[in-house]
Amino acid sequence: MDLSWLIGRLGLEHLPSEPATIGAAIGMPLMALAVVAGLTYFKKWTWLWKEWITTVDAKKIGIMYGIVSVLMLIRGIGDAIMLRMHTAAAGITGGDGLFQTDTFQQVFTAHGIIMIFFVAMGLMFALINIALPLMIGARDVAFPWLNSFSFWLFAVAMILVNFSLVLGGFSNGGWLGYPPLTSLEYSPGPGVDYWLWTLQIAGIGTLLSGINFIVTIISHRAPGMTLMKMPVFAWSVLITMVLVLLAFPILTATLSMMTLDRLFEMHFFTSEAGGNPMMYVNLIWAWGHPEVYILVLPAFGIFSEIVSVMARKALFGYKTMVAALTAIMFFSFLVWQHHFFTMGAGANVNAFFGIMTMIIAIPTGVKIFNWLFTMYRGKIKFTTPMIWFLCFVATFTIGGVTGVMMAVPAIDYQVHNTLFLVAHFHNTIIGGVVFAFLAAITYWFPKIFGFRLHEGLGKIAAYFWQIGFLLAFMPLYALGLMGAVRRLDNYDNPEWTPFFVVSGIGVLAITLGAGMLVVQIAYSVYKRKTLRDKTGDPWDGRTLEWSTPSPAPFYNFAVIPKVTRRDEWWYQKLDGVKSLKRSDYKDIVLPKNSSLGFVIAVLVGLFGFGAIWHVWWLMIVSMVAIIYFAIRRGLDDDVEYTIPAVELYRLDKEARG
Amino acid sequence: MTKSTATLMQKEHSSPAQLGFWLYIMSDLMLFAAFFATYMILRPGANDGPSSGDIFDVNFALVETLVLLASSFTCGLAYLAAKYKQKVSFTRWLAATLVLGLVFLGMEIYEFAEFILAGHGPDHSAFLSGFFSLVGLHGLHITAGIIWGVVLLGYITKRGLNKNALRRLGLFSVFWHFLDVVWIFIFTIVYLMGVVS
Amino acid sequence: MKKLVWPIIIIGTAFGFLAIMWWLVAGTKPDVIYPSGQVGDHQQSLLMLTVLLSAAVVIPVFLMLGIFAWRYRDTNKKAKYKPEWQENVLLEAIWWGIPVIIITSLAIVTWFSSHSLDPHKAIVADKPPLKVQVVALQWKWLFIYPEEGIATVNSLPLEVDRPVSFEVAADAPMSAFWIPSLGSQIYAMNGMSTKLNLIPNKTGIFYGYNTNINGEGYSDMKFPVEVMPGDAFKKLSKKIASSSMTLDYNHYEEIAKPSRDEPVHQMSLSDKGLYDKILMKYMDHGGHEAPASEDNSNHEGMEH
Repeated sequence: MDLSWLIGRLGLEHLPSEPATIGAAIGMPLMALAVVAGLTYFKKWTWLWKEWITTVDAKKIGIMYGIVSVLMLIRGIGDAIMLRMHTAAAGITGGDGLFQTDTFQQVFTAHGIIMIFFVAMGLMFALINIALPLMIGARDVAFPWLNSFSFWLFAVAMILVNFSLVLGGFSNGGWLGYPPLTSLEYSPGPGVDYWLWTLQIAGIGTLLSGINFIVTIISHRAPGMTLMKMPVFAWSVLITMVLVLLAFPILTATLSMMTLDRLFEMHFFTSEAGGNPMMYVNLIWAWGHPEVYILVLPAFGIFSEIVSVMARKALFGYKTMVAALTAIMFFSFLVWQHHFFTMGAGANVNAFFGIMTMIIAIPTGVKIFNWLFTMYRGKIKFTTPMIWFLCFVATFTIGGVTGVMMAVPAIDYQVHNTLFLVAHFHNTIIGGVVFAFLAAITYWFPKIFGFRLHEGLGKIAAYFWQIGFLLAFMPLYALGLMGAVRRLDNYDNPEWTPFFVVSGIGVLAITLGAGMLVVQIAYSVYKRKTLRDKTGDPWDGRTLEWSTPSPAPFYNFAVIPKVTRRDEWWYQKLDGVKSLKRSDYKDIVLPKNSSLGFVIAVLVGLFGFGAIWHVWWLMIVSMVAIIYFAIRRGLDDDVEYTIPAVELYRLDKEARG
Repeated sequence: MTKSTATLMQKEHSSPAQLGFWLYIMSDLMLFAAFFATYMILRPGANDGPSSGDIFDVNFALVETLVLLASSFTCGLAYLAAKYKQKVSFTRWLAATLVLGLVFLGMEIYEFAEFILAGHGPDHSAFLSGFFSLVGLHGLHITAGIIWGVVLLGYITKRGLNKNALRRLGLFSVFWHFLDVVWIFIFTIVYLMGVVS
Repeated sequence: MKKLVWPIIIIGTAFGFLAIMWWLVAGTKPDVIYPSGQVGDHQQSLLMLTVLLSAAVVIPVFLMLGIFAWRYRDTNKKAKYKPEWQENVLLEAIWWGIPVIIITSLAIVTWFSSHSLDPHKAIVADKPPLKVQVVALQWKWLFIYPEEGIATVNSLPLEVDRPVSFEVAADAPMSAFWIPSLGSQIYAMNGMSTKLNLIPNKTGIFYGYNTNINGEGYSDMKFPVEVMPGDAFKKLSKKIASSSMTLDYNHYEEIAKPSRDEPVHQMSLSDKGLYDKILMKYMDHGGHEAPASEDNSNHEGMEH
C-alpha cells in the first residue's frame, strides 16, 4: 500500500544503524520519558505550564534559554569528545577510527550548529534576557509575548536538531553546508533538510529577538538614562541586535533559496542550469561574518561590566569603548570575503577584504587596553568572574593575533581550511565568547536565584577550561602548519598522532571543567542557605540590577529608579541610598501570560518537520493553524494586568525581608 | 489606575510598537535585497530557456503596478477616514484596497500560470528560479497583507474604531505602502530593465 | 610565602604546558614552516613577519595583564587606588596609535603580497612552465599533462625548479587543491577553471590534500607529489605516454564515478581537449563566467 501521501518519505530505513547513533536514538527518548514520568509523578504539569511554558517574564525566559543552552553545551562537548577520540584512535591504531565516515561528518556538522546556535546564541539570549531589562531599569522587554515566541522557536529548533538523531540523521556537509555538496544531487536524504529547517527556525527566532531588544533599549530605559549613560553591556547588546537585524534576513533568504532548490528543484545554487554555488558562499558569509561579532560583542560588554566591578573602578575610556563597538559593527559587514580568499578572486579584491579585516583588530585592541587600564590603580577582587576575565584576555589575544595573520590573503592561502583555522576560531569563540558567558553566569546567578555560586569550585572549573583549551587547541595550530586539513576522519601520518592524542586529552580536561560547573551548581543549590545573597548586591556592583533585591522580583523594580549618571547604583551607595517612601509606590501594569507563543512555535516545528519529510498535508494543516493562532493573538486586547500600589508595597517589603 | 497614568501607559505603548514595526520593515527590506541581488546575478543563467527579454510583458506589469498604486491610494483614504471616525467611508475604502490587492494577486497568479504552462517554470533555469521567488515573495507578502486587512475589517466592524484598531490600522498601512514601494523596484528592475536589456 | 602560591602554580602550569608543546613540536618539520618551493618560502616569511609584528602588541598586553593583576590586588595595601580615574587622552591616543601603525604596515605588506603571491600570476624562471590540469573527483584527483600527453590519478610527478601552471576544476562538489610544501591552495569548482602557479625547488616526495569537504571519501584525497630532476621527469613522462592505458572521455567517465581509496593510475592522454570537455559539462547552458585571471575579477557582485 502506498502511504506516501500520509507519511511522505518517512520510513523505517531512516532509523539509525550504527551503535553510537542507536545508543543516542534510544537514550534520548528514554530521557524524555524520564522527564515526563518525573513531571507526572511529582504532579508538576500545571506548575510547568503556568510558571514556565506560558510565561512572558524575561527573567524566566532567560532561565529557560540558559537551561536549554547548558544541556546543548553538554551535547556539543559530547560531540567534540567523539570527534577527538575518533581521530586519536585512528592515529593510534592506524585504522579508520571509531565511527563510520558518515557519522563522523554528521557529528562535526552537528557540533558546529549546536555550539553556535544553541549554546553560544542561547547563552547570549539567556544573559540578555536576565540582565538587560534590569540593567536599564525596565520592567520587562518591549514585547514580552514576542520574547516568549522567540524562545519557543529556539527550543523547537533545538528539538528538531536532536530529533534527527532518532530519525533520518543530520547533514554531513559541514556547519555552513556549501552546495553543491548539500544540493539534491549529492545529498538527497533528509539530513540537509533537518539542518536547513533547524537554522531557519532558530534564525527567525533570533531576528524577532533582535527587533525586541532594540526597541527595549531605545524606549524602555529608566528616566534620565541617556544613551551615553547606559552600561557598556547595554551598548554592546544594542549594537549586536542591529547586526542581527541586518544580517539575519540574509540567512533567512539564503536558507529559503536552498530550501526551494531542494524542495522544488529550483536552480539557485546548483551547478547546472545557470545556478551559482559561489553565490551561496557569498550570501552565507554575508550573514556568517556579522554572526561572529553578534556572538563576541555581548561578551565584550559582559567583561566591561565585570572588570570594572571587580576592580572597583569606573570603566576606563567609556566613550572609546562605545566608539570601538560601533566601528566593529560597521566593519563586520565589509569583511565576509576573507572566508574564501582561496576561491580565486583577483589580488585587489583579496587585498581589500584582507585589509578591512585587519582594521577590525584596531578597535578590538583598544578595548583590551581599556580593560587593562581599568585594572590599573584599581582594587581587584579575584572572584570567579575575574578569573574568567584574566583567562579571556590571555586566550583571546592569541586568537585575535592568529586572526590577523589569516587576514593576510597570501598567508591564508597556506592555512585556510586546515586545523590552524579550526584552532583560531575555537580560540576566539571559547576564549572570547564561552569564557565571557560562563563568567556572566557566575556574575548574575545570585540576582536571579537569590544565592551565589560556590567560588572555589567555579575557579577550579575555570582553570580546567583554560588548561583544557590550551591542550586541545594549541596542538591544532601546529597540525595545521604541518598540513593537517580540517574535517579529516582518518589520516595516515604517524607524526600527527601525538598531537591528536594531546588534543584529545585537552578535550577531556574541558569536559572536566564543564563537569565542574555542573558540580558547582549542584553544590551551590545544596548549600543555598549559606550562600544566600541577602543584600541583593553581592559583588558591590555599579549598575541598576544590583539595586533591586535578589532574586529579582517579577516586576523587576517596585519603583523605577531615576538615573543621573553612569554607574548610578555605585554613586547612590556612595551618597547613601535613600529608602523608598510609602507614597513612592504607584500602580504598575504587567503583561499577562500567554500560551500562544508556545503553541505557534510548536506548529512551526511541525511545519518544518513536514517539509523535511515531504508530508504535504502536515505543512498545510500547520500553516493554517499558525495563521489562525497568529490572528487570535493579534486581536487579543486583553494582554495586561495591573498591580495596585498597595499590593506592590506589600510585595516589596516582603522581598526586602 | 488613575486616568493620567492610563493615558501615559497608552502613549508609552503605541510608540514602541511602531518602532518595532519599522525595524521589522527594515529587516524585510534586507530580505528583499538578498532576493534582488540573487536575481540580478542569476539573470544571465537562462539555461537555453527564455531570457527576461523574451517573456516579460511590460504592459501587463504596468497594469499590475497601477492596480497596486491605486490600492495604496485607497489604503491612505481608509486611514484618513478611520482617523476622523467615519466608519462607513472607512469600510468602503479598506474593502476597495483589499479588492484591488486581490486583483493584483490574481494577475500575478495568472502570469505565473502562463509561464509554467508554457514550460517556463521555476525549475527550468536559474533566471526563472530567481524571478519566481522574488516576485513570489512579494506575492506572499501581499497575501499576508490581504489576510491582515480582512481580519482588521472584521475586527473594526465588530468593535468599532477604538484606539487599538487605529494603532493596528496604522501599522497595516505602513506595511501596505511598503509593499507598494517594493513593487516599484520589482517593476523597474525585473520588468523594465528585463525588457530593455 | 602564602601569597606566592598562586603565581607559582600559574607559572608552573605555563612552563609545563610549554614543555608539552616543545616535546610535541621538536623533531617535526611542519610543511608550512619548512617549505620546498618559492611560493611557500615567501608565505613562510610573511607568516614570521606577522608573528613579530603581533608580538609588539601581545607581549605588552601579557606583561600588563600579569603586572596589573598582581600589583592592584585588593590585599595589596601599598598600591594606589584611584576609583575615578577613567579618561586620559594621551594614553588612549597611544593605544589607538600603536595598533594603527602596526595595522597600516601590515596593510601595506598585505597589498603587495596579495599581488606578488597571487596564485594567478605566472612564475618567471629559467624553464618554461609545466602545464597541469587538475580535476577534483569523488574521491580522487585526476592530473592531466596536455603537453606531455599523459594523465595520472592520485599521483603528481613534477620537475624540480620548473614552474608549474595548474588549472583547477572539479567534477564533484566544491573541493580545494593544496600542496603545503609548495604553497598556496585554490578551490576546485564545477564548470570553472581556477589558476594556481607554483614552483618546487627541492626534489623529494611531498603530499597534497583536498581541503574542502566534498563527501564521504573526503579524507582519501591525499596524494603524493614526487618532485624529480628534469631528465627523470622526461623519462617518466615518456614511459607513461607509451602506456597501453589511454584516457579519453569514455574512460574518464568510468574514472569519475565515485570511489574510495583509488590506487594510482598512469595513462596516456588520447583526448587533449578532455579538460575543456569536463568544464563544458557544466557550462553548455551558460550562466557561469570563470573568474577572470587578473585583477579585475570580481565575481561577488553583491554588497550588503
